Amino acid sequence: MGSFIFKRFGVMALTALCLTFIVFYLTNLYPNLEKLAKTQGNMRMTDEQVTSWLGNRGYSQNTFKKYGEWLGVVPSFKTVTEDGTVISRCTRAGMAPEDIPSYCGIIQANWGYSTVFKEEVWSIVTKRLGLTSWLMFAVLCVMVPMALIVGILAGMREGSRTDRTLSTFSIVTTATPEYVSGVIFIVLFASSQIGLSPLLSDWGLMSGKTLFKGSATSAMADITFANFTLPVMALALYGMGYIARMTRASMAEVMTAQYIRTARLKGVSFKNVVLKHALRNALIAPFTVIILQIPWLLTGVVIVETLFNYKGFGWALVQAAQNNDIELLLGISVIAVIVVLVTQLISDIGYVFLNPRIRVS
Amino acid sequence: MEPLSSLQIFGLILYQLLPVWIGLIIIFAASIATKTKTGLYGKLFDSPIGMVGFTLVMFWVLTALFGDMIMTHDPLQQISGMKNKLPGTPTEGAETADFQWYLLGGDNLARDVFSRVVAGSRIVLKIAPLATLFAFMVGITLGLPAGYYGGKRDTFLSFLANLILAFPVILLFYLLVTPEIVETGLPKYMAAVLFLFPIIFLVVLWQSRFYTQPQKRNLFVALTVLIGGWIYLGIAWNADPIGIISMQANILIVFVAVVFVNSPTVFRIIRGLTMDIKTRDYVAAAQTRGEGPWYIMLWEILPNARGPLIVDFCLRIGYTTILLGTLGFFGLGLESESPDWGSTINAGRRLLAIYAHPALPPALSLMSLVLGLNLLADGLREQSLRD
Repeated sequence: MGSFIFKRFGVMALTALCLTFIVFYLTNLYPNLEKLAKTQGNMRMTDEQVTSWLGNRGYSQNTFKKYGEWLGVVPSFKTVTEDGTVISRCTRAGMAPEDIPSYCGIIQANWGYSTVFKEEVWSIVTKRLGLTSWLMFAVLCVMVPMALIVGILAGMREGSRTDRTLSTFSIVTTATPEYVSGVIFIVLFASSQIGLSPLLSDWGLMSGKTLFKGSATSAMADITFANFTLPVMALALYGMGYIARMTRASMAEVMTAQYIRTARLKGVSFKNVVLKHALRNALIAPFTVIILQIPWLLTGVVIVETLFNYKGFGWALVQAAQNNDIELLLGISVIAVIVVLVTQLISDIGYVFLNPRIRVS
Repeated sequence: MEPLSSLQIFGLILYQLLPVWIGLIIIFAASIATKTKTGLYGKLFDSPIGMVGFTLVMFWVLTALFGDMIMTHDPLQQISGMKNKLPGTPTEGAETADFQWYLLGGDNLARDVFSRVVAGSRIVLKIAPLATLFAFMVGITLGLPAGYYGGKRDTFLSFLANLILAFPVILLFYLLVTPEIVETGLPKYMAAVLFLFPIIFLVVLWQSRFYTQPQKRNLFVALTVLIGGWIYLGIAWNADPIGIISMQANILIVFVAVVFVNSPTVFRIIRGLTMDIKTRDYVAAAQTRGEGPWYIMLWEILPNARGPLIVDFCLRIGYTTILLGTLGFFGLGLESESPDWGSTINAGRRLLAIYAHPALPPALSLMSLVLGLNLLADGLREQSLRD
C-alpha cells in the first residue's frame, strides 16, 4: 500500500509538471505575449515598444528558463531602470529594492501576480475557490442522494415500470447540459414575463416578482434559496444521470446474485433484502463514479458560473483565459490538476477499502 | 397583417417541416419492411426506446439535409424592425413571394430564429459525427497496441491520455481556440497529425489482412493513400490540388479541438476492451496459427469489440454535440454570427429574462438531438445484449 501511494504521488507530480508546462508554453507563445503587452501597456504600442516591454519584464527569455523561474528553481529575471526601481516578478508595491528575493516561484510559495485582477494569485485562487466550494458542496448534497435513490429504485426491480420511467428520466438528464437546463430554468422560474412566476403572482401565491433569481451574484455574499437554487439544480441535474445509471446497473447486478436469492428463499422480506443485503454491495461501484464526478463538476462550474454570473473559480478561469493572465491561469491549472489527481487517488484507495476482494499490488 | 396565434405557428412549423415528415415515413416504412434482414439495425425497431431515439436523430438529420427547403429566411439576414419580435410576428416589408412571418420570432439582431435553428442543425451535424469518427480512429490506432502489448508503450500512452484528461475541458478550449493561438498555426499542425491517423489506420488494416495477396493489398493501399491523401491535403492543409475539398479555418479549429478532447477517452475504452478480449480463446488460436499482431488486433479483437463501440459511438456523438455547444456558449471558434446552437444560446442568454424566444429553441433542439442519440445508444445496447 505504501509503495502504491508513493508511486501514485510520483505520477501525480509528473502529470502536474507536464500539464503546467503545456499551459505555460501555450500562454507564452508570442501572439499571446503581444496581446498581454498591449492590454497591460497601451493598445497602440508599436512592434518595437512591444518587444522592449516584453524584454524589460523578462518575457522574451527562453520558455524553459521562464518556467524554471515560475517554479522557483531558477533566479528570477531583474531589470533595474534608470530611476533605480527594480522590475522583477518578485517585486511588490512597497518593497525596498534590496529586499527583493532572487527566487520566487511556486516552491517559495509565491504563486505570482495576476495582471487582470492586480492581486496576488494565491489570494484570488483561495477566495474564488471558497465561493465555488459552496456551490460544489450544495451540488453534491443535492446530486448524490437524488442519484442514488433514483438508481436504487430503478435497479431493484429491473425491467419494471418504475425502472423504465426512472431510467428514461436519467437519460434525459444526461442529455441536458448545464447551459441548456440553465436557460430552461431561467425561463421557467426566473422570468417575470413568462414561465411560472407571472402565474404564481397572479394567483397571489408569491410576494416577489419572480420565484427564483436568474443571477447568483448576490449569493456570493449571502446564499439564499432564491438565488442559489437554479445554478445548483442546473449542475446537479446534468451530473446525476450518469451516477444514477451506474447505481442502477450495479444494483441490478447485485439483485441477481446468489446470496440475494438465498435470502429471499430464506423468507426475508423484499424490503430487508434491499436494505440489508443488496445496498451495501451495490454502492461500491457508484462510490468511484461519484468521486470521479468531482473534477468533472469543475468543468460544469465554469459554465454555470458564467451563466449565472457567480464570480467563483470557473468565472476566474474564464477571465484569466480571455485576458491571457499567465500566472493566474497557471495557478488555476495547478488547482484543477490537483483536484483531478487527488480524486483519482481517493477513488482508487476507497474502492480497495470498500471491496475486500481487491488488493492493491 | 395580424400576428399568428400559437396554434397557427405550430401548424405552420409542421408544414414547413413537411419534407422531414415524408422522409421519416419513407425511412420507417422501408426499415420495418426489411427488419428481419438488417441485423442489429432491424432489431432496433423492436425496442420502443430505440425507435424514439432513432426518430429524434433522423428528424435532425433530415432537417439538416432539407434545410434549404425548410428555412423561411436567410439565417444571417437582418430585417429592420424585427429585433426581438415575438414568435408569429409578420415580417416587416415582406414581398408577396417572401415568407410572411418570423415563425419563432426575431433575435437581438433581427434575424429569424426558426431559420437559424435549422441552419444550426447543419453545422452541428456536419461536425459532430465526423469529429467523433476521427476521435475513434485516433483512439483505435493507439488503444489497440497499448492494450495488446502492454508494457512501456502502454504506460507512456496512458500517461499522455490521462494528462489530456486532467485538463479542465474549457481551459483546453481557451488555450487551443483563441485567435492568438490560431495565429501561431498550432491547431493546423495538430490537425495535420490527428488527420493522419485514419489513413494510417486503413493502410495497416489492408496490409495486415492482405499481405499474402500483394495485388489486392497494393490496390487497396494505393486507393487509400490516393483518396485519403487528397482529402487530407484538402482538409488539414487547405492545399487540395483540384480545389474541391476545403474546410473553413475556424471550423477546422473547432473540429481539431473536439477530436483532441474526445480521443483520450476513446483510447481508454479501446485499451480496456482489448485487454479483456486478448485473453479469449480465438485470440490464442490466431496466435498459434502464426498471425501477425496487427492482424489479431484489427481483424480478431476489433470486430469482437464492436458492440460496446457502436453504443459508445452514439453516446459520443451526443457528447461532441454538447462540447460544440460549450464552445459556442463561450464564443470560441466559430464566428459570432454563426447560427450554430451554442452561439445562439450564448447570444440569447443576455436578455433571457425578458425575451426567452431567441435562446429557448436552440437549447431545446440541442437537448432533443443529444437525447435522441442517448436513447438510440440505449436501444442498441439493449438489443445487442439480447443475443
